[in-house]
Amino acid sequence: MDIRIENEKENKGNNTFSIIENKRTKALLEEVMEVIFLICAFFAILAVFSITLYMILNGTPSLFKVGLKEILFGTEWAPTAAEPKYGILYVILTSIVGTACAVIIGVPIGVLTAVFIAEVAPKKLAAIVKPAVELLAGIPSVIYGLLGIMLLNPVMYKLEMIIFKGSKTHQFTGGSNLISAIIVLAIMILPTVINISESAIRAVPKEMRSASLALGASKIQTIFKVVLPVAKSGIISAIVLGVGRAIGEAMAITLVSGSSVNIPLPFNSVRFLTTAIVAEMGYAADQHREVLFTIGLILFVFIMIVNTIFAKLLSGKEES
Amino acid sequence: MERVVVLQGMEKVEKSENDNICRKKTRIADDIMYILIYLSAGLAVALLIGILGYVFMRGISQVNWSFLTSVTSVLQGTTGIAGNILNTIYVIVLTLLVAAPVGIGSAIYLNEYAKPGKFIKIIQFTTETLAGIPSIIFGLFGMVFFGNTLGFGYSLLTGSLTLAIMVLPLITRNTQEALKTVPDSYRSGALGMGATKWYMIRTILLPSALPGIVTGVILAIGRIVGESAALLFTAGSGFLLPRTAQGYLTKVLESGGTLTIQLYLSMSKGQYDIAFGIAVVLLVIVLAINFLTKVLAGKLDVNKQK
Repeated sequence: MDIRIENEKENKGNNTFSIIENKRTKALLEEVMEVIFLICAFFAILAVFSITLYMILNGTPSLFKVGLKEILFGTEWAPTAAEPKYGILYVILTSIVGTACAVIIGVPIGVLTAVFIAEVAPKKLAAIVKPAVELLAGIPSVIYGLLGIMLLNPVMYKLEMIIFKGSKTHQFTGGSNLISAIIVLAIMILPTVINISESAIRAVPKEMRSASLALGASKIQTIFKVVLPVAKSGIISAIVLGVGRAIGEAMAITLVSGSSVNIPLPFNSVRFLTTAIVAEMGYAADQHREVLFTIGLILFVFIMIVNTIFAKLLSGKEES
Repeated sequence: MERVVVLQGMEKVEKSENDNICRKKTRIADDIMYILIYLSAGLAVALLIGILGYVFMRGISQVNWSFLTSVTSVLQGTTGIAGNILNTIYVIVLTLLVAAPVGIGSAIYLNEYAKPGKFIKIIQFTTETLAGIPSIIFGLFGMVFFGNTLGFGYSLLTGSLTLAIMVLPLITRNTQEALKTVPDSYRSGALGMGATKWYMIRTILLPSALPGIVTGVILAIGRIVGESAALLFTAGSGFLLPRTAQGYLTKVLESGGTLTIQLYLSMSKGQYDIAFGIAVVLLVIVLAINFLTKVLAGKLDVNKQK
């Protein structure tokens, strides 16, 4: 009996001891978990770093081999010819022109829709429009492309037949042209523009609206002369993100734009930076492949510029 | 008789005092803007209805049981997308296996451990950057890094790892948002009762933030299902079903096209019927995902009110 009691006492002693032990293992676990989470957080940095590194490593060699000037300012693209030419000036111009036009069309519609949802619409209507916009954002880009081919291109072809009737210099495209691509892009940036402008408009303090209305301004005057100017920085970030989306979109416009390298004129079949990669990466080899990576690098540089502007805008907003 | 007289009287008053301040002045510019605003919003809704309507009209007749459960084969005379559906499921599962733990862990670090400073800013900036990189760039990177450098070639694994990087910011951001909605009193309560930090995160924070985290994961699934540019040069375009049980394991290292890739390929070959059939399946998935996130967002709100 005595021994047992002693044992129990010992056990108790052990127990208190083991609580300390337990605490130590717990402390160890704590540290391990923190390190694991830290490593997780590092992945984003690692990913951006290695993507940048790989794009530069793969994209720059051909700039030296073919020549910076010939690639960036050459207008002839004939990668599989006996004497290959790798000029991508038209491709770069197409991306710039296409993106700019898509933004010019998409942003006003997007901002006005955001105004509708945040300011004008009765609750019931807003409850229809907002989910519709969210759904638009979720539709896969290939479906936009499919609809572009089936619906836009035939219309464009008819227009083309009317406008260029009897023209001998015009290359007929069957409707796959710059305008079709711009329309598809404009539609695809709508959800981005609407969502970000809407939250910018909602962030405008109520007092500003009340003050303006109390001074006798009409609702429309209040919206366009008070609310939108105050929400300016948010709307600009909406535009910047819209630019990013438009310039990076590939699959939707690959077939819609016709995909031959041409000056970006409305009824020309054109090739964007993104569609150049999609169209030829499948079979490209050696030098040709390297130039495609250069195109990827140029696209990457564009995107990084857009991203930096966006980050600057965000941090500027936080400070104010 | 009396009424008419009164009305006439009022009209006279209004006409004579045209610049009465109680009378609303109509501005033509206002009306035009109203019309434009309504037109824009109407356009957005019309686009959605038009897209859904047209795709379902053209594609619904294509979708039947054999389309969903068989593989396109000239010998058997069948057209089907079973292989692509299986590939899509593989890619979703593999991508989430990598991206979900890393994304959630990263969010926990940013929200619970890290002290505000330069390091946090860098991580925030890189996460933003990652979210802004177009999928075709991810595709190029995945092709070179996972495909060539690590030697996975054109395979479902390469595609999934590429997509894991792509959806990482989405999961991180949603988890962070969800963690932010958990009241601080929960944290201090748990810590005050002697819970260690990891115990507190595991038993209090994560369960409370679960609806938000799951929403992020579902949004990621939506992105994976709709993705095509990043998969074209990483996962390739295989469409067959494995023949043996072992085939289901080795499939990870074989090329496989998801539904979107098959849609793109059918479209470029001019097989528009198949393309519309796949489009219907994709839209149904998109609608289901949208509905699920709505339900979960509702749950998150209930959490907030408590």
